[in-house]
Amino acid sequence: MVEQGSILLRRMEICVAEAEKRSGKNAVNMQETFTVYLIETRPMDAVTEGQNPAPDSLWRRYSEFELLRNYLIVTYPYIVVPPLPEKRAEFVWHKLSADNMDPDFVERRRIGLENFLLRVASHPVLSNDKILCHFLTEEHGWKEAVCETGFHAKSDSRLRALSATFRVRNPDKRFMEMKHYSDELQSHTSQLLRARARVADRLYGVYKVHGNYGRVFSEWSAVEKEMGDGLQSGGHHMDAYAASIDDILEEEEHYADQLKEYLSYAEALRAVCRKHELNQFELEMASHDLISKKQQREELATGIVRTFSFKGMTNKIFGQEAPEQREARLKLLEELIAEGEESVKEKTVECEEHVEQAWVDMQRFKEQKDKDLREALISYAVMQISMCKKGIQVWSNAKECFLKM
Amino acid sequence: MSEQTVPADLPEHMLDLDEDDDLEVFSKNTSLVDGNPVPNSPGSMVNQYRLEEDDEQQHDANAKDLFITVDNPESHVTAIETYILYSVVTKTTRSEFDSCEYEVRRRYQDFLWLRSKLEENHPTLIIHPLPEKFVMKGMMDRFNSDFVESRRKSLHHFLVKISEHPILSYSEHLKVFLTAQDLTPHKRQGTSFLSWMGETMRSVANSVRGLRSRPEEVVRMQEYVEDFSSKISCVDKVAQRIIKEQREYLEELKQYGPIYAQWAGLEEDLADPLRGVAGCVEQCRKESEEQIQHLSGELVPVLHEYVLCAETLKAVLRRRDNIQAEFEAKDEILATKKVDQEAMRDEVDALADRVELANNALKGDWSHWKNSMRADLKSAFISTAEKNVDYYEKCLAVWEAFLLTQKADGGERREDV
Repeated sequence: MVEQGSILLRRMEICVAEAEKRSGKNAVNMQETFTVYLIETRPMDAVTEGQNPAPDSLWRRYSEFELLRNYLIVTYPYIVVPPLPEKRAEFVWHKLSADNMDPDFVERRRIGLENFLLRVASHPVLSNDKILCHFLTEEHGWKEAVCETGFHAKSDSRLRALSATFRVRNPDKRFMEMKHYSDELQSHTSQLLRARARVADRLYGVYKVHGNYGRVFSEWSAVEKEMGDGLQSGGHHMDAYAASIDDILEEEEHYADQLKEYLSYAEALRAVCRKHELNQFELEMASHDLISKKQQREELATGIVRTFSFKGMTNKIFGQEAPEQREARLKLLEELIAEGEESVKEKTVECEEHVEQAWVDMQRFKEQKDKDLREALISYAVMQISMCKKGIQVWSNAKECFLKM
Repeated sequence: MSEQTVPADLPEHMLDLDEDDDLEVFSKNTSLVDGNPVPNSPGSMVNQYRLEEDDEQQHDANAKDLFITVDNPESHVTAIETYILYSVVTKTTRSEFDSCEYEVRRRYQDFLWLRSKLEENHPTLIIHPLPEKFVMKGMMDRFNSDFVESRRKSLHHFLVKISEHPILSYSEHLKVFLTAQDLTPHKRQGTSFLSWMGETMRSVANSVRGLRSRPEEVVRMQEYVEDFSSKISCVDKVAQRIIKEQREYLEELKQYGPIYAQWAGLEEDLADPLRGVAGCVEQCRKESEEQIQHLSGELVPVLHEYVLCAETLKAVLRRRDNIQAEFEAKDEILATKKVDQEAMRDEVDALADRVELANNALKGDWSHWKNSMRADLKSAFISTAEKNVDYYEKCLAVWEAFLLTQKADGGERREDV
């Protein structure tokens, strides 16, 4: 059995090794084709000892990953939960397939799913989750186990969350700043992804048109005596140049994927902030409710009406009620007040704990983000350098050929 | 002027009549005894008869002694019109010239005049084309500086080609063009050729029947010209398309770079690398702009000149055909009709000589032209390849510099921890 308290990834090697197409009936009993991914795990101590045991493996499809993530979001609302790779291909430049069955898309998704599992399994809090462990190690019965946790019931309704956002009075300023940051991060990354796709599209056009040189030079060389060889071989390099853009842009997609991950992370960050708003709002509501009940008790006890109340009005119009009724009402109020005080206590604790834990995780997230994105930018620079080197090579070769014209 | 019927032979681009009212209508001077101000010198006639590879190489081996430049375009305003005048500066050691340095002012029309005179006198020599007249009616700006500069370059190139030509560089018309302060009196002499027009038209009509057979070499030339024409037009189109695609790429880059900078404003530790990338993208964009300038300033003009050359070659071959057709027509009359045999035979012999002269002139000039074409295109392609290498090298340096700054920062950070 898996030990508690130490990060899962240190104990277990995880990878998403393969992808395969399957056919089956879906929820509305229609035939569909989908992709499943092979998750392989091996105990880390066996690996480090140099043994090479066969990995345990099981197949999961994307929707199961989604289910796992939804469970984690509800169960750990103070954690910025790592995102999944995109459900549908977005920010696509024209030659790139938007088809979910396209092999390049499936490959990138495989990498993205592996990345998700690695992030979750190396998280100080999430990695201890039993459902996660179950997901990785036992193929059957997992869905039932997740549903049994009853996490569906715990999830907050959208409407409540939205209402809280508008009506909360005193949210933690740091969380409001963080929420604002998440909005900005989302905006900038999506702008960047869109612009990058357009640039990729144009660059593709530039490279591909050079292929026409190849074709014309080849035809032309047939009618020239001295120039022929130089033209022909120069033309071959033009063809090579035109062809080189496919690999260059495919590699750049990995950079785009890194940006997309943080586009999705921004959403996860915002979710944590909204949870705080909800907690704070409910605390405020509960406190407010408690105060108004205490006021009612005071009015009832002293007979002095401080604030306008319907009861007060009816008392004036219809006369005071009997002392027994008053006693009954007072007793009820006392009970409600006691409950209310408990409720306020609980909610205060809940809110404070959430703030404390979330703040820790948001700091962790910030450090991770800075490190990851910096590496992504560096890898982007490396890609550009590689592209330049290829360009230098091709055009130098072409020049050599032209010199022979 | 526009009433005159124009020979079907004319290259199409020469038919556009716009602001030049006194556009010269080209007559085909079909007689050996032409109206040249000065008859061909014996030396050049020898060249025409025996221009083979050896002679040409010998000529090329001689040091170049005629240097011409075209620059300094300036607007010139008169009551009737406004046009551009270019300075044509000549430096030479040739004895035919009285002085060794000349500077004159010439307008585009004057170049047209020169070329038409050269064509008249050497109908089967390959004369480098001039840049086209301004055809785009929509655009008002004939005085747009890019247009003027590209025209200046083409005019310059035209004169350089003429000056390097073993026969054309000795033309009297060229000398007049380069030296006369006022070209107008010389231009007026052209009108005497209008009287030849009628005869030319009749002979063209006569030759419609078609040629008996072309010399084998000429057939090969014709096939080559067809192929060359289509290939060079294609290359020209490809080059222009590349420029268009590249401009659109630049437009997107303009939007792309600043997004990194904007994002940097939001971040702390990440701001530095983000700004770094923004800077790199911007610098690469600048380099790309320069590369486009080079393409449109160096490669496209050369390609375009050779597209025009292809048309020139077609015209030359047509003229050669006409010369042969005229001879064959008269020859047939001699054989079949009852005419004055003796007078006719002289005429036919003269025409036969003319055919041979034309063929030899063309044959000799053909290899000169091919070498010249090969040199020009080779140099243009090499220059383009070099510029592209240069572009990628500069971009490479930009990104490597960025990486260096990041490695340095990374090192510091590790030390803090």
